[in-house]
Amino acid sequence: MEFSTIYAVLDSALRLSIPLLAACLAGLWSERSGVVDIGLEGKMLVAAFAAAAAAHAFGSAWIGLMAGIGAAVAFSLIHGFASISQRGNQIVSGVAINLLAAGLTAIVGNAWYGQGGRTPPLEGAERFQDALFGHSAPVYFALLAVPVTWFVLARTRFGLRLRAVGENPAAVDTAGISVTGLRYSAVVICGVLCGLAGTYLSVGQSAGFLNNMTAGKGFIALAALIFAKWRAWPALGACFLFGLLDAVAIRLQGIALPGIGEVPVQAIQALPYLMTIILLAGVIGTAIPPRASGVPYVKER
Amino acid sequence: MSAPLDLPKWADTVLVPAVSVVCAFLVAGLVVLAIGEDPVSATRYLIQGSLGSGEGLGFTLFYTTDFIFTGLAVAVAYHAGLFNIGGEGQATLGGLGAALTVLNLSFLPGFLLIPLGILGAAAFGAAWAAIPGYLQAKRGSHIVITTIMFNWLASVLIVYLLVNVLREAQSMNPETREFPAQSHIPFMHEVFAAFGIEIPSSQLNLSLILALAAAFGVWLLIYRSRLGYAIRVVGSNPTAAVYAGISPARITIIAMLLSGALAGGLAVNELMGYQHRLLLEFTAGYGFVGIAVALMGRAHPVGIILASLLFGILYQGGAELAFEQPAITRDMVVVISGIIILFAGALDGLFRRLVVRVLHSTKAARA
Repeated sequence: MEFSTIYAVLDSALRLSIPLLAACLAGLWSERSGVVDIGLEGKMLVAAFAAAAAAHAFGSAWIGLMAGIGAAVAFSLIHGFASISQRGNQIVSGVAINLLAAGLTAIVGNAWYGQGGRTPPLEGAERFQDALFGHSAPVYFALLAVPVTWFVLARTRFGLRLRAVGENPAAVDTAGISVTGLRYSAVVICGVLCGLAGTYLSVGQSAGFLNNMTAGKGFIALAALIFAKWRAWPALGACFLFGLLDAVAIRLQGIALPGIGEVPVQAIQALPYLMTIILLAGVIGTAIPPRASGVPYVKER
Repeated sequence: MSAPLDLPKWADTVLVPAVSVVCAFLVAGLVVLAIGEDPVSATRYLIQGSLGSGEGLGFTLFYTTDFIFTGLAVAVAYHAGLFNIGGEGQATLGGLGAALTVLNLSFLPGFLLIPLGILGAAAFGAAWAAIPGYLQAKRGSHIVITTIMFNWLASVLIVYLLVNVLREAQSMNPETREFPAQSHIPFMHEVFAAFGIEIPSSQLNLSLILALAAAFGVWLLIYRSRLGYAIRVVGSNPTAAVYAGISPARITIIAMLLSGALAGGLAVNELMGYQHRLLLEFTAGYGFVGIAVALMGRAHPVGIILASLLFGILYQGGAELAFEQPAITRDMVVVISGIIILFAGALDGLFRRLVVRVLHSTKAARA
């Protein structure tokens, strides 16, 4: 394989891993605070739709980004209300978020634009243009979110408290710090990052929103989060790995490898899921989630 | 904060879900308003399209059959304290099991082939659910995550098989050849015609009877059998189960096997009953609707049948509605199931407190 081919594959791997990375870090914030989030997919989807619609309406990708973040945060707050304030089942709430997002984006998109759920194609300033080394600004935001996430969680007081609330909320509460406040702030940060992920999909990578365009990326991000064992730098590695698999799958379509023959695309597509299952089964290492994740906090116990 | 949540049983099992469903429909009505459509006429079209004609009713009951199966699948796992969101994948594999059985045993007569096809669907669905069940029971992998991953694996696998292996020769479409005629589950209108009664023709087939039988079977199992008791004990308190000599690991695997087999029923109705071939995406999100159905029906077979009927009305009526008011596409049903899952599932406590408050205030007013 030539150098230029390798470069092209790596370049597209980076591109494909960005939405995964932003969504994966989003999940990291939420789950580190004890709120399990299987609604990453749905939040990315509403963000992608809102971003494309706003970018089209206002002619600016940046306004699109703000709209995308706004929409994802709104959905995050629904999840937060159900799982923090109402102490509801977080998995059930996540399923609801995903269905709501899939249905609403299709309905509203169809009602507004009448193109079977698509938004009008975006051009010029309505899309994010290449800013540096052939990549647009959201790419760098997502990459920057990795050290920021690591630093805030590992080195600041807020981060310590946030991690503590995901492990032992009662201890945090005893120290006089609001469990609810910490979890809500984590859920909002999760929304912001999902907004970035979704916006990049519709306004950066493609030129507009397509029905159900996240196509399972939110779940791959979830898989990457488990793979990274809920830590920021490994999340970057896991997302890049999954992005690379995706890029290789596209590159290998219809190409026969020497000695192996043609590798079915589906075999490569299945790898992230398979690897996660194997990891969860404890065959290679273990993945232990934050101790209090998924458990609503009841104060007077 | 935690007000006394004592509710009479009827209020807990009927009133609370009913209130949350009514609220869900109100919110859905707001969505219809927001896109500039009339929710009242939408409701009329919905009811007319689903219940207003014999044909519409047939289609409604066809969808109801799908949801009874997926709802029961979620419910059985739920009783064991497991959240199986893998219904989509299990039904997909169920379709594969049914297709492989009937296509390879096409020399058999129908009275053997149909039961074998149903068994094939159940066995493949059960096997696909058993792996996450085993991993949960023996390796502690979280069942929610593994069933999600198995959904995606199933969809990737079925694409591969239909495109590369099972596709009918000379066909461009990723689907198998037609199932042998004797393996088609008879349509209800054909059955009635055999007795000289004419009913409008629709997709409705005898799978509905199978679904109702499955619901009765689940009721017997969960509430009237030793195994069902063990399942419920594990679901409510696994530690107590251990002290009672029940193995939570064993029950987990058994519950998942049953759950997956029930999800396979979706493939029986859709493929052996109507499509008569294995094709892509025949599960159409019905596995997720099963979650809404189970939550709404309080995981009780009677509740599940009623909730399935409601969703059957929504799916059939929704199709007619999309014809009359094109802005309201069938995605509206997805939105409604999302809201119902949110209200009847995640926000259950909120609605319960609401009902408690209302009941207590009326009691106080009477006293």
